[in-house]
Order: sequence, then C-alpha cells, then structure tokens
Amino acid sequence: MPATVEEIVFSAEIKRRMDNNQLTEAIERYLNDEMSGEERASFEQYRKANADIDSRITEHQHFAGLLKQYRERIELEERLNAIHNEIDVHALVEEMTVHPSWIVQLWRNHHSKISVAASVAIFAVLTTMFFAGYFNNRNQEHYTELRRQIENVKRTTEQRINQSQLQTVVPQPRRHLNPGNYRGTGFALSANGYIVTNYHVIGDRFDSLYVQNAAGESFYAKLVYSEPQYDVAILKIDDESFKNLPSLPYTFKKGRSDLGENVYTLGYPEGDSPVFDKGYLSSVNGYEGDSVEYRVNISANPGNSGGPLLNSNGNIIGIVSGKQTLAVGASYAIKTKYLLKAIQNVPLDSLSDKLNLSNKNMLTGLSRVQQIKKMQNYVFQVKVYN
Amino acid sequence: MSKQTNTAAPTDSEVILGILNNSETVLKRLYIVYFPMVLQLVINNSGTQDDAKDIYQEAIIVLYNKVKSGEFELSSKLKTFIYSVCRRLWLKKLAHMNRYGGDIHDFQEHLPVEENMDLHTDRDIQFSKMESSLQLLGEPCKTIIEDFYIYDRSMQEICEKFGYTNADNAKTQKYKCLQRLKKLFFQQK
Repeated sequence: MPATVEEIVFSAEIKRRMDNNQLTEAIERYLNDEMSGEERASFEQYRKANADIDSRITEHQHFAGLLKQYRERIELEERLNAIHNEIDVHALVEEMTVHPSWIVQLWRNHHSKISVAASVAIFAVLTTMFFAGYFNNRNQEHYTELRRQIENVKRTTEQRINQSQLQTVVPQPRRHLNPGNYRGTGFALSANGYIVTNYHVIGDRFDSLYVQNAAGESFYAKLVYSEPQYDVAILKIDDESFKNLPSLPYTFKKGRSDLGENVYTLGYPEGDSPVFDKGYLSSVNGYEGDSVEYRVNISANPGNSGGPLLNSNGNIIGIVSGKQTLAVGASYAIKTKYLLKAIQNVPLDSLSDKLNLSNKNMLTGLSRVQQIKKMQNYVFQVKVYN
Repeated sequence: MSKQTNTAAPTDSEVILGILNNSETVLKRLYIVYFPMVLQLVINNSGTQDDAKDIYQEAIIVLYNKVKSGEFELSSKLKTFIYSVCRRLWLKKLAHMNRYGGDIHDFQEHLPVEENMDLHTDRDIQFSKMESSLQLLGEPCKTIIEDFYIYDRSMQEICEKFGYTNADNAKTQKYKCLQRLKKLFFQQK
C-alpha cells in the first residue's frame, strides 16, 4: 500500500515538473503578449478557474518585474559609467583638494617624515632642557641666596650669619682656640672704651670678647648692649691695661647722606693690620629697599663687618654690615641714625662709665692719608671666642 | 575635456523630460554638471573619488527611478535634491564603515530626503538580492539567464553559444535555471 502511494506522489511530481516548464513558458508568453487571441482566451479561462495557476502567474510577473528592474539598473549603470569615464576626475580632485587642505595633503604625503622630524625636535628640546636644567641647578644658588637675603631682612641672627656677614672664620690652627671663632671690626664710640660693632659679629653665644688695636694690643671687652633689630652691639673695654684713648677725632653724622658721596672704611678683613677701602654711596636704602641701611659701592670683605663708614669730612655715616653675594660691589652699611637710636636705648644701669659721643671733628680738611692715620687708632679688631 | 558647450547645466525640467525620453545627451549633461559637487562633498569627508562615483551614480539612479515611476515632484532645485541624496547616502556609508565622526563638512544647502529614500532602499535591496542570487546560481545558468533576460539574446544565439543540440533543450535549461533563480531569490532574507 505505501508503495503505491509513493509511486503516485512520485509520478505526480514528475508530471508537475514537466508541466512546470511548459507552464512557465506559457506564462511568459502570456505576459509578453505573445499568445494568439484564441490561445490567450483559453489561458485566461484556465487562470480564472485555477487559483494556483493565478498565483503562479502573479509570482512570475513579480519576478519578471524584478529582473527587469535589475536589468534596467545594470543598463543605467553602464551608461553612467560610460559618461563617468569621459570625466577627468583626477583634474577635478586636484582642483578641489590642493587648495582647501594643503596641510592635510602635506600630512598625508609626509607624515612619516614629519613624525621623525617631530621626534628629533622633541629629543632636541629635551636635551636642551637637560642642559638648561644643569645651568638652572647652578642658578638655584642664586635663588637660594635670594631667599636667604630675604630672610636676612627678617633679621634673625643665624640667617644673617649664613648670608654674607663680613666677618672671618679664624682658621683654627693659627689661633689654637676652639672652633667657631669669629672676627669682625669695631670702632670707638668714646674715649673711655665704648666700642660699637655688628651684632652678628658676636652673636648671642660667645664665651669671651677681645678687641685688638692697630698696634696689636688686645683688651678684654664685655657686651654692654645689643640691638639685633638694627644689627648693633655695644661693647666696653674692661681691661686694666687699657688707658683712655685721646679724644675721638670723628663725629657721628645724624642727618642722612646723599647719593654719590665718597665714603671709605677701615677694617680687619685680613690679618692684624687695618685695611682701607673706598667707594661711594650708591643708594639711600639697603638690600631690597631696607631703610635701615645704605647701599654702598665698596669692596668689603668678610671681616669688615662692624667697621666705620666715613665720608670725606671724617663723619661716621654708618657701620659696614654686609654685602650682596650676587652684585659686585654692593655692600650695606647700617645708618648712623640707628646706631644713635641703639645708644639711646642702652639702659643706664648697664653703663659703668658715661657714654659721651664726641662732637668735635678733627678730621675735616685733612688729607685722606692723614685722616686714616688718626682714625686707625680707634678702629679695633673684634675677636669672638666661643 | 569635460567642459564642452553642451555641458552647461540643463534646466531641471529639461532633465526630467530627458529622463522620461531616455535622452542620452541630457543624462550626460546632468551627470557632468553635478558630479564635481558630489566629488567635493565625498573627498572632503574622508572618501575617495571611487566612493564619490558610487554615491553619485546611486543618486542619479534614485532620481532616474523616481522620474520614471512618475513620482518625482520638483519641490526644490534639482541640484539641491541630488546633493541631499548624496549627502544622505554618504553619511550612511560612513556610519557603515564606522568612520562617521558625527560631523560632516557641507558645501551646499540640503534638505531632508528620508521619504525619498524608502523606495530606493527597497529597490537597492532587491537589486543586491538579485545580484547575489545570480552569483549563487553558477554557470551556465547565470550566463543563460543574463543573456536572455538582460542582454536580450535570442534562444537561437544561446543555443549556439552553449552548444545545445536544439532550441528546446536550451529552453528547458533556461526554465530550470529560472526556477532555481527564483528559489534562490526568495530564499534570501
């Protein structure tokens, strides 16, 4: 039984296939209007009677339409391609790309070269920065210096000592003394042995103080008063061997001095004999506009700190106190005004003798050599032991 | 080379009439006149001249089919229409290539052309389906079908070309091929 069914299905399949081709041909001829009137009429009737045939015709019609569309598009593309081939596209592209974006073109054409160049440039910059950095490191001293100087303005003792105090560190073997000895200069305020120097020369941790005159005689001294704010210290010679000095040849100028005034100083930057240096007043204000000091163009050296700054008439106008490490010849001197203020501030009970400033100038009109000859007996080397 | 006298822009109604009448000269003038505009658009938006060609031809086909189907209404300048279609097609292609940065460098005014594109998109799908079905069909069917249905060759010619003993055999073969093509076509998604 099943065999028969299969056989039937199989033969029907064959029949359908046979019909298929014929039917397709018929449909095609029908749709293309190739049928004679009679054949067409019978085919239409067949179509009406048979829904299956009708849907096959519709399907074929649809597909033929798609094929036609496909064909039309291919034909149109061929036509368009033919037209396109007549256009000089290259010329158009040139025309359009060259000027709107030559940088882009440049990049597209040369980006590898540009990349290499950029790498080289970056390398070069880094190298330069390395060297510049090297120099910067050295320059950092300048920066630190500057900072130190600024701190100096705050007038804390240690920082002042760090900065540029004109005192010398005595080499240990020469003195057979404990380390950390300092030297500076001081000068007489009065004939009875009051001496002024910089506060930073002695500091606040010293063991003993000695002053030594140009003749090489040393006298023990004690600190009478100090005013760190103005960097002023007042000492008094307290030694039996000390005899009162002849009256002072110089006076203290209370008013302000003017720019360009010739000034000189005596000090002990080197060895035990006084050293003379001259210069001129270069500014009425000191470091960073500090109004306590004058700026003086003089070649001061460590050891000059506390020395007198005199004008050509032999008036003391200041106390040499420091110098700028960066600017050549820029030294600073505390104005006499502040020395006098400090003297006024000395408590009376700490004065064993009267402190009388001289008011008689014996240097005016003398030649500088004569002035110095008279001066030098009143300028002392201050030695600090701690 | 392309700047002959007859390449002066044809008027928009000339173009429409020309397309309806299958005028080769009008098509050519149309093509030559607006191609530079599209080339400019495409090459300045990360395309090549071949991309420009494809896009432009597609746009011309859109216009052509629209005119032929009688749906085309000249509501704007033809130039604007072509530019807008090209722009739309190119944006789509850029998006497809993942090269679209969300920003396009425009050279002309343009219109939204979405509704104009539906028919085209549809036809385009059918076209590529047909194209790939023909590829899948393989030889000799592909050539037989193309020769008969596209290049209008007679059964006699086809018969001789493929060495069939008689036209009936060729015809049978052709219908078998057509049947397979239909199947392939409708099977494709």
